[in-house]
Amino acid sequence: MVPLYLYLLLAAVLFCIGTYVVLARKNAVAVLMGVELMLNAVNINLVAFWRFDTPSTMMGQAFAAFVMVVAAAEAAVGLAIIIAVYRFRKSVVIEEVAELKG
Amino acid sequence: MELNAQSIAFVVFSIITIGGAIGVAATHNLVRGSYWLMVSLFGVAGIFVLLSAPFLAAVQILVYIGAVGILITFAVMLTRSMTNMRELFNQQWWLSAAASALLLLMLVIGVLLPVWGPGGTLAGNPVSDQVATTVDLGRALVDGNQYVIPFEVISLLLTAAMIGAIVIAREQHD
Repeated sequence: MVPLYLYLLLAAVLFCIGTYVVLARKNAVAVLMGVELMLNAVNINLVAFWRFDTPSTMMGQAFAAFVMVVAAAEAAVGLAIIIAVYRFRKSVVIEEVAELKG
Repeated sequence: MELNAQSIAFVVFSIITIGGAIGVAATHNLVRGSYWLMVSLFGVAGIFVLLSAPFLAAVQILVYIGAVGILITFAVMLTRSMTNMRELFNQQWWLSAAASALLLLMLVIGVLLPVWGPGGTLAGNPVSDQVATTVDLGRALVDGNQYVIPFEVISLLLTAAMIGAIVIAREQHD
């Protein structure tokens, strides 16, 4: 079995790439992609800890499934907001959409 | 880590996952970025298989690559004029890079420090090879003593989010 810390390191690298995408990219859709990467890193952590520490219960898998559902909801609402903002401002650059009212 | 089929598969899926993530971070064309995202999510599905969670892997393929990936691709195409942006990153990108690198350093130290005791992050083998199956997951999600309330709440959340997305994205005809 591959040891636990390798899974955790993989998740850490994935999470940090996601963080960088969220913080640095200009395009709002790219920022949402970064959030998806971060959520996936968290899911790897949840499932890895479940497999290594409590494989006989359902905690980790159930939590990972809930995270997936929340991620799907987040993607749907986030992209809807981006499309609404694009229709209004003709732009998806986050820095140009700094005001809520306009 | 000895060399066997499992470790080779782990390395391959790790490379797929990290490579896809780097593709998301570095590509100029966001349509390609969404495909890179799907590649990365596929790698995560492979990791789930290695962690003996086949149901989550299937859900990962269906929900993430099938639904979220397509959704993001459509969003990129609907906001088409911005897909070939000249400047990829904002002006403070080096600050973001430093923050991410610092976070990575902290996480790596946190994982590798031997302070979590036996069964902590340095555990080489699982506590048991008796793994709960998909049947157990299905039972747990509808068991009154386990996850039926969170399951119902999350269903409600998803329905509300979908209705909200439709309302937000709908064109207003006044």
